[in-house]
Amino acid sequence: MKYIEDYRNPEAAAYIRKQIEVLAGELDGQGKTANIMEVCGSHTMAIGRFAIRELLPKNVKLISGPGCPVCVTDSGYIDAAIELAERNDIIIATFGDMINVPGSSTTLVKSRSKGAHVEVCYSPMNALELSKKYPDKQIVFLAIGFETTIAPILGLLSIIEKQNIQNISLLTAFKLVPPALEALASDPELNIDAFLCPAHVSVIIGADAYIPFVEKYKIPCVIASFEPVEILFGLMGILKQLVNGTSKVENQYKRFVRPSGSPKALELISKYLEVYDASWRGIGCIPSSGVKLKDNYSKFDATERFNIELKPEKQNSACRCGDVLKGKILPSDCPLFAKACNPLNPIGPCMVSSEGSCAAYYKYSR
Amino acid sequence: MTNTIQIAHGGGGRLSSQLIDEEIVSRFGEGPLKNLPDAALLPNPNSKIVFSTDSFVVHPLMFPGGNIGNLAVHGTINDVSVSGGRPLWLSLGLILEEGLSLDILRTVLDTIKKTAEECNVKIVTGDTKVVSRGQCDGMYINTAGIGVALENFNLDKNSILPGDSVLVSGTIGDHGMAVLAAREGINIENGPVSDTASVHKLVEIAHEFGQSVRFMRDPTRGGVAAVLNEIASGTNIGFKLESSSIPLSKGTDSISEILGIDPLNVACEGRMLLICDSSAADKMLEKWNQIPEGSGATIIGKATTVAGRVELLTVTGGTRLIDVSQGELLPRIC
Repeated sequence: MKYIEDYRNPEAAAYIRKQIEVLAGELDGQGKTANIMEVCGSHTMAIGRFAIRELLPKNVKLISGPGCPVCVTDSGYIDAAIELAERNDIIIATFGDMINVPGSSTTLVKSRSKGAHVEVCYSPMNALELSKKYPDKQIVFLAIGFETTIAPILGLLSIIEKQNIQNISLLTAFKLVPPALEALASDPELNIDAFLCPAHVSVIIGADAYIPFVEKYKIPCVIASFEPVEILFGLMGILKQLVNGTSKVENQYKRFVRPSGSPKALELISKYLEVYDASWRGIGCIPSSGVKLKDNYSKFDATERFNIELKPEKQNSACRCGDVLKGKILPSDCPLFAKACNPLNPIGPCMVSSEGSCAAYYKYSR
Repeated sequence: MTNTIQIAHGGGGRLSSQLIDEEIVSRFGEGPLKNLPDAALLPNPNSKIVFSTDSFVVHPLMFPGGNIGNLAVHGTINDVSVSGGRPLWLSLGLILEEGLSLDILRTVLDTIKKTAEECNVKIVTGDTKVVSRGQCDGMYINTAGIGVALENFNLDKNSILPGDSVLVSGTIGDHGMAVLAAREGINIENGPVSDTASVHKLVEIAHEFGQSVRFMRDPTRGGVAAVLNEIASGTNIGFKLESSSIPLSKGTDSISEILGIDPLNVACEGRMLLICDSSAADKMLEKWNQIPEGSGATIIGKATTVAGRVELLTVTGGTRLIDVSQGELLPRIC
């Protein structure tokens, strides 16, 4: 654990804070503010957990982006998962955060209490154990996530294919980060000066994946880990670019992020998946922002295997998760926040997952 | 005797008597339990008594650092102790599932006997029931404990003043993470080990400081976060902890980082939180540190004037809320 302690060193944090204050002062001298979006939910949680937002200078604002895969999974998908869970021959295998996400009328955790078989997994590979333990049942893995989780789920799929396992399928809602950045950068209502780019997603896609975006929109992109000292260091890098008026991709997580990403993971993605226009909960359709199983792998697709349909989503009209996900408002600006909507009774998706912006604000800075 | 529990072991016939004689009386048959009366006849302690009960359900029954038997003794003793009592007597209620291995039952009963002896408490009454397969998870245990109230304690959360010190008797979250890791088959080298232990000796030390001690609690379910929030709620005080002072074992730290679970929300089974006048805190800590149960004790924070709010000063120098968990501890997706 020494490795972690080094990235949580209070002296290092204090030193970088000072640098941030100096840079923010220079920026202020230029009459500028810095609106920085942390795209990834793990960054939002780490920023809350280590209380970084509160200690930044006034003209440096952190805006939480749409980077929690649970939050942006639309209610039609949850409804389909619940429909499957309620069948006697099916076991739903899922990452834990998904079980509390509200569909249009209920949640997986409520279905479980009525007898549906829902298993919380720590890794996609748990599905293999379930398939052996329950050979007479069909295991449906809730395959959601960004590039980070897509890779290990496809690792599972390659084993299913190789070993010809008949009783596991995937209900997919995979999303991609770069198209979301593009949608946010081109939204005229938003005013984002820089992106703090995700750590784990970047391990998969590589630092170079952001270059076309940065060249097109002239917005600095800095990749940082989820450790507090490195988040501060990443913010310092962003402020330096803003002070100097430059825009480039900076990789401050070089110990894991290569320029070209993970070849093995990218190979799996191009083998099994194809790009499509995906629907994001609260945001709507973003062109080319999702990936789904190619036609020749449709036999692993739970919607095909069990002949079900993903219906378009319905949403509570007072819920402002869409504006939160785009960074237009802070969670605390939503009229439902910490009142009608709270982690025990989440109305919007951002309150559900532990990595959702509203949940992070509720947990750490209410 | 067969090597698993059968329904007939709870039927009141020959198998029942055999089970009680061979497994219960052989271990606990001295003192009030001798001749198996329906109730224990106990001497009047001539003081206020402290009485508590707790039920124990844990999966798996055996985990690194202990088993359900340690928990059943420590859990109730600790509730009596932190309420200002010196534990004396325990009841032992067993609910056994048909098919439970007798070897497991014997291991658990041996543990209960040994643990009770170490803590100087007697099992004075009990009951055993057997339920059909599927109606319980191996075995459930209920214990109730009686202790005598220690004089000179004035434990009341409303007596806490801003500036009072918050002490914890050792590393936090170890029990919850050890059970979670064992249940989910997460095997790492030097992983978490349950802290299950009695805090009664720590309470005896605290007793020497009498009125300086404002309040004590054992942070079981919900962890340190739940206990401090519960104490602060409805009072005029809050708490501020320093993250760098909170003791964490390497194993618990590692697993909670991997799963994204905050150790402040995770159960301990052998620790206590104590809030005292800050002038007594260093002395108390020094004494606690001298016994094994308190060797890892530290001062983790102070009471504040921010009513009802529990906060953490983080390594970055920022301050954030410490909230209670929402119930089920769920690992994060990525």
